[in-house]
Amino acid sequence: MLDATTHDALPLASGVGYKPQHFSDIVADPGPVRWLEIHAENYMGDGGRPIAQLRHLAERFPISVHGVGLSIGGEGTLDTDHLARLRHLVDWLKPASFSEHLAWSTHDTAFLNDLLPLPYTEATLTRVAEHIDQVQETLGREMLLENPSTYLAFAESEMAETDFLREVTRRTGCGLLLDINNVFVSCTNQKLNPRDYIANFPLDLVGEVHLGGHDAQEDEHGAPLLIDSHGTEVVDPVWTLYAETVVAMGPRPTLVEWDNDVPDWPVLAAEAERAARILAPVLQ
Amino acid sequence: MNVDQTQFRAAVLDPARTVPDGLIDPEGRRAGKRFDVYRNNVVVSLSKALAEAFPVICKLIGDSNFSILAGHFVRQHPPESPLIAFYGSAMPEFLAGFEPLRNLGYLPDVARLELALRESYHAADGTSFDPVILQDLPPERLLAARFTLAPALRLVSSDWPIAAIWHFNTTDGPKPEMTQEAALVTRPGFDPVVTALSPAGAAFVEALTSGETFGTAVEAATAIDPEFDLTPTLGALVSGGALTAIIED
Repeated sequence: MLDATTHDALPLASGVGYKPQHFSDIVADPGPVRWLEIHAENYMGDGGRPIAQLRHLAERFPISVHGVGLSIGGEGTLDTDHLARLRHLVDWLKPASFSEHLAWSTHDTAFLNDLLPLPYTEATLTRVAEHIDQVQETLGREMLLENPSTYLAFAESEMAETDFLREVTRRTGCGLLLDINNVFVSCTNQKLNPRDYIANFPLDLVGEVHLGGHDAQEDEHGAPLLIDSHGTEVVDPVWTLYAETVVAMGPRPTLVEWDNDVPDWPVLAAEAERAARILAPVLQ
Repeated sequence: MNVDQTQFRAAVLDPARTVPDGLIDPEGRRAGKRFDVYRNNVVVSLSKALAEAFPVICKLIGDSNFSILAGHFVRQHPPESPLIAFYGSAMPEFLAGFEPLRNLGYLPDVARLELALRESYHAADGTSFDPVILQDLPPERLLAARFTLAPALRLVSSDWPIAAIWHFNTTDGPKPEMTQEAALVTRPGFDPVVTALSPAGAAFVEALTSGETFGTAVEAATAIDPEFDLTPTLGALVSGGALTAIIED
């Protein structure tokens, strides 16, 4: 079994995706922000400013390490060099949480830098569960798996995404990261009801929530096509879905992600504040 | 109609390919624009990473040309590692072979300098020693000494004035004049610094980095230029925090 861990859990409060341009602001006054999330791959250098900033922040804030490059859904074997780098990071940083995505990004050595979709089949399930077992064994801790934003479906899929995720957790013991914006984006794109999706999601296994912005387009048939861009404010329907979800699920550590066209700190802090206000009544 | 990742990847990287059968919209129709979202994400995010890695190349050829170049590069050289902060090591060779830019012969070496800057930025921290030690060392011991250099030190030699080109395009350096030049990259704190070195100065630094004694390094420099003045080169190493230990046999 996994080693017992002594890592502090993420607080039931707002966090933000850490961007280096906000370092001074966060150190001066984090406002409503109680924890930070980093992308693992940005902190795999040997030293310099990124590592120094992270060491400094980790003394003040619980840190969540969020991987974007492990390619857990990849058809090939996991990149053991990358897994070793991840282990090194987790070993020295001792983050409160580690999460990755239900997606693939590497195939035949080419890393495509996007979270690419998977068919929900028994074969995918077996592979994803094996990879998660390998990650959890290597890191010596449980991970959270995030539901993806998807833009298309596979004709070969045999099960709903929520059933797929539930079965992955059953086989591996991993927890889940519920990205409410991804739910909204995927359900709109797949013509599903996001409330049904949440109702079918194993909420008791959720260890963290993500919120972020998306872009709205249309496909060539005039159907809505939402794109998970992380470049704007969270939209009102996603806030509403979040508020309904935390009432049903209870409070969870909640992260606001803003990765492109990153705004000045007050704008991001205001988003975190909005999440904190939604969490407050549920915490009582 | 199962779609494997070999088919998916091939179609993502090649907009001329048809979307694989079996990728559908909610009505069961073949995904078109929906698949293009992935195509776009891959090429745009990687092109953006390249633009961040090579700001001077970007400035030298213009944003729109760089975007075309990056599109070709991404398709021919997709990343081989998820460490996007280090993506683009094949850029100098790619630029050397990119026909439309053949007349800008200095581009590959400028790209090498930009790669060196990024490596330096992420390199392990090193602690430099107090330079007073150098002054206090009797000459014969200094000549016999070897040095450990900071992990963030890089040296890029060129037939072109690459340090001057870099300064001209990033700060307010003077217009570059044609000369052979090496660029020394040091990192006194967290931000790498570029210093122009003569070929003789470069030979001195190269000798030190290969573990030669101070005396041998000076000889290597004077072999290239009998008038070699050590002061600016040594000054750049000292002020750049590049000398981290003296090793005396």
